[in-house]
Amino acid sequence: MIRMDNLIIEGTGKTPDIRFNASGAIEIGGKSIPENSIGFYQPLYNWIDEYVRNAADNTDVKISLEYFNTSSSKCLLDILRKLEALQKSGKSKVNISWYYEADDEDMMEAGQDYDSLVDLPFHIISL
Amino acid sequence: MAKLDLYNIYLSMEREDIILSFKGDITKELLSSVYQIVEARIETDNEDPKKKKKFFHVLVECLQNMYNHMESVQDISGTDEHTGSAIFVIGRTASGGYRINTGNFILNENAGILKDRIDKINAMNPQELKAYYLERLGATEFSEKGGAGLGIIDIARKSGNKIEYDFQQPSPKYAFFTLSATIN
Repeated sequence: MIRMDNLIIEGTGKTPDIRFNASGAIEIGGKSIPENSIGFYQPLYNWIDEYVRNAADNTDVKISLEYFNTSSSKCLLDILRKLEALQKSGKSKVNISWYYEADDEDMMEAGQDYDSLVDLPFHIISL
Repeated sequence: MAKLDLYNIYLSMEREDIILSFKGDITKELLSSVYQIVEARIETDNEDPKKKKKFFHVLVECLQNMYNHMESVQDISGTDEHTGSAIFVIGRTASGGYRINTGNFILNENAGILKDRIDKINAMNPQELKAYYLERLGATEFSEKGGAGLGIIDIARKSGNKIEYDFQQPSPKYAFFTLSATIN
């Protein structure tokens, strides 16, 4: 079995903090407002595609975004859809925790939006 | 350029409560600086943090909407003097809200489609906007401009106000499109 590297990207004022661990802990946090979201998210897609081939028994996803632009919203959905496919394959139990700052109704609603678009266990948690 | 009466320009900007204005080439680097300046500036505003966050969110969408439009005009037209340059003015409203105005050239032939899209979105209530946003988010592929066609919907949804717009026709080929979003 090929050992997979973790994907760690430090956040900036425009792009989120990425902690993708081959052990199944996947975290996205901070802000995501790049003009060209695909450019940022493509390596994340690639990592997940590789992860899916040798997924851990449990995939624990934590999303704690302060805000994201519409260009990133599509990329986030693509990531969730890849994880949805992983869950459906039965190779890993995927759990999504969506964190939002208390009182931030927009980010809470964004979590509910994604919950309605993908078939995954979705926990929306106030920080 | 003729000699300017800067004091009068200053007074008029002060009167209009302008936070930031810019005319010229819009680049990613410029936008990064604008986000930083505005974030630092509104931190000192004695306002509801939710309102400030909403304003910043709508600001990002407005500026990126402008940036995406401009890119396509540049690509198509090459050397036209109008292209590559745009304007934005960000300020406070008299009633204590925030207002974002953007202006950029687009191809005349695209003006009708854009007008129809904004009219359609302006006619929707919050529930319809949410449903339309989800429909587009779930269904759309990225356009060649790098957007997902969601920006205008999101501006209407997050600002909670109708999008104001105008088209002027400085040339047979180009329209000057202005968009204005208000956060109460």
